[in-house]
Amino acid sequence: MKFTIVVQADPLASQGSETALRFTRAALAAGHQIMRIFFYSEGVHSANRLALAPQDEACVPDQWQQLISEHQLDAVVCIAAAVRRGVVNETETRRYGKTGSSLIDSAELSGLGQLIAASVDSDRVVTFGGHR
Amino acid sequence: MSRLLIISRQAPYGSSAAREALELALAGALFDQQVSLLLLDDAVFQLVAGQNPAAIQQKNHGAMLQSLPMYDVENLYASERSLNERGLEPSDLILPVKSLSTAEIQKLISEQDKVFHV
Repeated sequence: MKFTIVVQADPLASQGSETALRFTRAALAAGHQIMRIFFYSEGVHSANRLALAPQDEACVPDQWQQLISEHQLDAVVCIAAAVRRGVVNETETRRYGKTGSSLIDSAELSGLGQLIAASVDSDRVVTFGGHR
Repeated sequence: MSRLLIISRQAPYGSSAAREALELALAGALFDQQVSLLLLDDAVFQLVAGQNPAAIQQKNHGAMLQSLPMYDVENLYASERSLNERGLEPSDLILPVKSLSTAEIQKLISEQDKVFHV
């Protein structure tokens, strides 16, 4: 089955992003196809490579980076949601007259159209977290 | 063309949820999908006329909702129960909305290809 995974949960404030990570691993292990992982809303923090965790705690963004690279997954971070929250690459910081980057290497910044396109092509869209 | 339903449950201000639901609806319409937007719970407050959020440095959400028909999002729904619970009448609203009973909401959801809960 083809899945699109939507991550809306903040990786620190809630469990949803970590659940999405494990769901994605399980889907891959069961032989399913991940069409795209789309990070939206507070979920964009899952793609912040500058999020640091104490040694004895899990670093969810690092784990996303690892999973996406390992399986060569298609990972898109909503650009409008991300730049507002400081999850950016050099191109975007330059555009706003700033410097630095914080986006994990394995994901790209793009628009909501990427979520619509992947959803249309998927058998299932599974959303993790969101506003309470 | 896929039938996409976006469900919003949050008030227009206080969090970014309402705006993010609306932006997803607009993106769906822009990509030529058949988009419906359903407002549940406090999301029905998004429809209230006369919003003036400048004092809290926010954009007018009601004005953005009004642009939906222009982008071919013709299917705007609200829960009848949520409207009633909050004492909202059609005359309080910034644009016409189809109000649905719980059974009608169940039917609407079952008719979709994909449902997004933002």
